[in-house]
Amino acid sequence: MAYSDKVIDHYNNPRNVGSFPKEAPGVGTGLVGAPECGDVMKLQIKVNVDTGLIEDARFKTFGCGSAIASSSLATEWLKGKSVDEAAKIKNTDIVNELKLPPVKIHCSVLAEDAIKAALADYRDKWGKKEAAAGAAAS
Amino acid sequence: MALKFPIFMDSHSTTPVDPRVLEAMLPYFTEKFGHPGSRNHPFGWEAEAAADKAREQVARLIGARDPKEVVFTSGGTEAINLAIKGVAEMYREKGTHIVTLAIEQRAGLDVCKRLERQGFQATYIPVGPDGLVDVEEIRKAITDKTILISVMFANNEIGTIQPVAEIGKLAKEKGIIFHTDATQAVGKIPVDVETMGIDLLSTTAHMIYGPKGVGALYVRRKNPRVRIAPILDGGGHERGMRSGTVPVPLVVGFGKAAEICGTVLAEEGARLRALRDKLQDKILSSLDEAYLNGHPEKRLPHNLNISFAYVEGESVLMGLNKEVALASGSACTSATLEPSYVIAALGVGSELAHSSIRFGLHRFTTEEEVEYVGDRTVQVVTRLREMSPLYELAKEGVDIKSIQWKAS
Ligand SMILES: Cc1ncc(COP(=O)(O)O)c(C=O)c1O
Ligand code: FES
Repeated sequence: MAYSDKVIDHYNNPRNVGSFPKEAPGVGTGLVGAPECGDVMKLQIKVNVDTGLIEDARFKTFGCGSAIASSSLATEWLKGKSVDEAAKIKNTDIVNELKLPPVKIHCSVLAEDAIKAALADYRDKWGKKEAAAGAAAS
Repeated sequence: MALKFPIFMDSHSTTPVDPRVLEAMLPYFTEKFGHPGSRNHPFGWEAEAAADKAREQVARLIGARDPKEVVFTSGGTEAINLAIKGVAEMYREKGTHIVTLAIEQRAGLDVCKRLERQGFQATYIPVGPDGLVDVEEIRKAITDKTILISVMFANNEIGTIQPVAEIGKLAKEKGIIFHTDATQAVGKIPVDVETMGIDLLSTTAHMIYGPKGVGALYVRRKNPRVRIAPILDGGGHERGMRSGTVPVPLVVGFGKAAEICGTVLAEEGARLRALRDKLQDKILSSLDEAYLNGHPEKRLPHNLNISFAYVEGESVLMGLNKEVALASGSACTSATLEPSYVIAALGVGSELAHSSIRFGLHRFTTEEEVEYVGDRTVQVVTRLREMSPLYELAKEGVDIKSIQWKAS
């Protein structure tokens, strides 16, 4: 299968590879997929609790080149977005951007799932504090 | 010698045509273009003589006594179809049960599945963690309805060589026909239909530096005389077993390829084994949690199959594919998104099946290529592990199996 230039670029120069400490302030972690299925993605966001904006993101992926590219792209897109905006990222956006062929659509679905899981984890851990901080500021 | 890219190390999928083979073939496209069935003019005689010579060359490589036992086909797939379907149809009255291996190549498995839909029964014997079948398991599976044992000689992914002579002996003892798919073994290791008790043997030219589109089925004529029903109807070529004009340039190439393999087999095998061992040592000594798949000794000399824990096979290939042609058992490289059933059959766990890489050395592989591929493989796997959440978890001491994975 021929890969698109964008997939190759993300594979060769993945953006934001790495990890945040899971319990650090504002960090939400998503871990999706399963080793038996050949794909696991860990995606993390770090939200600025004052502004509510995602100021940084990290990923690590076990999976094909398209899965690596999908998660790398996702971390790029997440940076600078609010948590609500981030929730609007769809796997189809990733498919279009990376020109993924039909057999690789599930790699983008996994990236969307990873985003959702990271956001949910963030809300779980820090959402209340954010709300409290928001209330205090107003 | 400077390296030339891309480096081909996928010789279990196909091999390049040896220049000597091509040279032998060329006249048969142009001036010697006759039909071997034309009995009444020199063009036909010349073509028939060429096909007969090729038949002899192939027969010699596999130890067949009589060149008439070699039936030319379009390749390994057709030979396997002809063998299994041919026996099934011919001996249906006698029985409807076939014993085969769970790790046969697709052609063998799919023919058996089709026959099952047509009222036959098939037993797919599992293999051990090293890829070897236990002959006792075959013995136990045999019933009074068994008409065929079909076991591959050497596996196309892990190179494991089955105890063919023992199986041949068992088949004789039980009076059951024995077919072996020797597509990967012929020309690479000694194969002898007489001493190994083989009744039917499938082979293909493009795995032995011959052209694509031609292969052969060996059909035993004596002790016992094996009969098969044809799957193609037509002019009754190849003693009625395979109708269709014999593709003379292709069979001439096949014959020449077989002849060359026969003369260089021992030396080439030793050379490739040394190179393969070097590649294996380099990789296994440089990386932790890299596992050899298949039997360490009972293995084709040019085969190496390794699973790299925590990295996915396709991503490894992608890191190399501009420079090195390899294959993977990864699901992501298959249309079905299933990982290799061969690696999975070894019981290694499907996460390791997703991580397997197959290296196939060949006649034109150089030491420099082996060194380069070894170094680059280690680099790519190391880089991917730094990106792998599973490697990170393992390094933190988390047991990956203890996690509740939510597959999407
Ligand atoms: C073990 C085995 N059997 C059969 C075949 C099919 O041979 P062919 O490509 O000539 O049809 C192959 C080819 O890869 C093979 O590896
Ligand atoms: S992770 Fe398997 S196809 Fe992408």
